[in-house]
Amino acid sequence: MFFGRVIGTIWATRKNPALENLKLQIVQPIDSGRSPAGAPIIAVDTIGAGSGETICYITAREATIPLPDRFAPVDAAIVAIVDRIDPEVIETK
Amino acid sequence: MILGKVIGTVWATRKDENLTGMKFLIVRHVDLDYRLKDQYVVAVDSVGAGVGEVVLVASGSSARQTDVTKNKPVDAVIMAIVDKLDLSD
Repeated sequence: MFFGRVIGTIWATRKNPALENLKLQIVQPIDSGRSPAGAPIIAVDTIGAGSGETICYITAREATIPLPDRFAPVDAAIVAIVDRIDPEVIETK
Repeated sequence: MILGKVIGTVWATRKDENLTGMKFLIVRHVDLDYRLKDQYVVAVDSVGAGVGEVVLVASGSSARQTDVTKNKPVDAVIMAIVDKLDLSD
């Protein structure tokens, strides 16, 4: 599971049928100090995260578990909207 | 998934027999301004993508979750053709 920030949305009409009515968000991976960490990815959003929100996302085939139809070619999904990151966690020794 | 642009096709007659009938497209990763990046991947097409189109590629075992790639030795599949990007920041 990784941290990310929602920075936009993708619109695609021609796509795999299992992705019908699912939101595809553009996520900028971030570290626990909230600075960018890697190239943006596209993740399915079944939670309803808004633009700019800090989120947690999962990758690989487990990303299909939140989906209504799990037989879907999806390798990233937003699973949580972050309220707060406890500061002690950031300064790992 | 990653964002990429289809830049070409791979033809291979001698290949694993499970791969017969599949279209292999060369997809170059792109950034959010559609500028080509260095990485590329050879992905199986499952939505009728053409050269020049901006697409989404799913990788790993998720790539086998389509009718075209089910139980096939495939780890990257084109599963959407991008119409539009909305960037907020």
